[in-house]
Amino acid sequence: MSETVPSTGFAAAPVSLRRRVKNALVTLAAAGAVILVLLPLGAILAYLIYKGVGSLNWAFLTQTPKPVGESGGGMANAIAGSALILLIASTIGVPIGIGAGIYLAEYGQNRLGNLIRFTADVLNGVPSIVVGIVAYGIVVIGQGHFSALAGGVALAIMMIPTITRTTEEMLLLVPNAVREAAYGLGVSRWRTVLSITLRTATSGVITGVMLAFARVAGETAPLLFTAFGNQYWNWKVNQPTAALSLQVFTYAISPFDEWHRQAWAGALILILLIVLAVSAVRLAASRGMLKGAN
Amino acid sequence: MPGPQPVLKSEVAAKGKAQAEHLVNSGSSHVADRIFYLAMLACGVCVLGLVGLIVYELVTKSSLSWHAFGWRFFFRSDWDPVNEQFGAFPFVYGTIVSSILALLLAVPLAIGVAVFITEMCPRWLKGPLAFTTELLAAIPSVIYGLWAIFVMVPLLRTYLEPFLVRYFGWTSEITHRFGFQGPFEGPPFGIGMLAAGIILAIMVVPIVSSITREVMTAVPQQQREAVLALGATRWEMIRTGVLRNARAGILGGVILGLGRALGETMAVTMVIGNRPEIAASLFAPGYTMASVIANEFSEATSDAYLSALVEVGLALFLVTIIVNILAQILVWSVTRGMPARSHV
Repeated sequence: MSETVPSTGFAAAPVSLRRRVKNALVTLAAAGAVILVLLPLGAILAYLIYKGVGSLNWAFLTQTPKPVGESGGGMANAIAGSALILLIASTIGVPIGIGAGIYLAEYGQNRLGNLIRFTADVLNGVPSIVVGIVAYGIVVIGQGHFSALAGGVALAIMMIPTITRTTEEMLLLVPNAVREAAYGLGVSRWRTVLSITLRTATSGVITGVMLAFARVAGETAPLLFTAFGNQYWNWKVNQPTAALSLQVFTYAISPFDEWHRQAWAGALILILLIVLAVSAVRLAASRGMLKGAN
Repeated sequence: MPGPQPVLKSEVAAKGKAQAEHLVNSGSSHVADRIFYLAMLACGVCVLGLVGLIVYELVTKSSLSWHAFGWRFFFRSDWDPVNEQFGAFPFVYGTIVSSILALLLAVPLAIGVAVFITEMCPRWLKGPLAFTTELLAAIPSVIYGLWAIFVMVPLLRTYLEPFLVRYFGWTSEITHRFGFQGPFEGPPFGIGMLAAGIILAIMVVPIVSSITREVMTAVPQQQREAVLALGATRWEMIRTGVLRNARAGILGGVILGLGRALGETMAVTMVIGNRPEIAASLFAPGYTMASVIANEFSEATSDAYLSALVEVGLALFLVTIIVNILAQILVWSVTRGMPARSHV
């Protein structure tokens, strides 16, 4: 946006110096704000790479934590635990989220639809620690002990509203003419939704799912008293399980240098996974809009 | 496009009839439709049920503490699990102070960033800048906490806090007259309310700036052109033409940021010091509602203790819900003419 106006032949009154200086100062301040905001981002990423890469080695990726005082060991069980918890969360959260999104887009132009839309937005704003309390109340108390399942349920609750709302938005982008064309061919409604509408919006829906995934992948608070953490390998759904983010937290607040070193390495792995997911979202979104919306 | 094949009319009619019959007879699409509808409805109702479940869980599990203390729970400041005396005032205080501090720091920066990206920066820089600021929102809070403990807190301890004491320490002389500690008084630990406020500010900026950007984009282009045509400078155009029109939405973004700051757990827990004390000094350690749950929930042994923690959670839940609803109404009031967009 440029403020230079082509000459019209009228003599424009000169803009006073005070106004020009003020304009320049504000521009400078805005640019300064951008730099000030990007500074911590740069600092965080730089430190993660600087501290993380140094502590990253094969043992870190293949071994379980060593007891305090012994050097070495790694977070392999936490990486696997995170994968297990996220798998459980996605298995529960993705179908429900997409289903609710389909309901809102295809059948939800009524009171109930509006109520669900509203509650989805409410659910989106619930602090993650509160979700942890609820998962504790439902699963942990029910089972009698901490478990990967409880962690998965907590993360699923956090995934559902994001997936629901993005799925709805993406489905609404599909032109009605496409639906009508399907009905005109005698295709039944459920078939139209699944094979025509949802199919057209696939990349957008996937974007939503990955966004939700990236959002919960680094969550720690809801796992504190659901998955709880574990020093050993665990593949059982109903046992306490380590998670990458939990391990980073535990190590970061510990008093041991060796653990601090590993916390940085764990954080680096965590952020690499998330940046990868977010970049993939960008890519899918930029392609998906072209394919789905027009 | 090749022309249609010449077909006899009667042939078409016969074919159409056959197709219609085939469609009517083929399968039980009516039943399938019904089943599909019910399945999708179930998913939708599930979302509704989840919120209901959250409320139910929080209310029933906190009833013990509610019956024991009532409203006084939020105004008492003793937190004594051994004698089962619980008052959440230090946590409420810590949550409010750290969030307000975060907003004070974050809002001017976030609006500056939004103004720069939407109105000032060259076109080619827009996308990358928007992406990078949003990347800040994608960093998990535990990583913010890790960075804050090992990088930011030492910086605060050695540079910022001594600087504040030196140049703003005089404020304590004023507050002493009213019987308070000054905001920049006491030993500079690094860890404490100030650290929590700063790390929260960094986390809140991307939320506020992305909403601000969205509502600024919603302001019609003609507004800008009209103000520029009157001879305004770019800043005057932004101030009168854009910011003034978008102010309700910007306020919505700020409140949404507040909602995030109130509920934020990990990063704050790692740097605030976790001491249930009320101190006027920003250097002193504090405690927030979310952190007390994070730290003590899995160690709470007695029912009353657990119930008190759940009540803190219930209060946190209710406050963030109200704040979020308010924010959504404000944002919606500006962008309602625009197509829906996800703001994640």
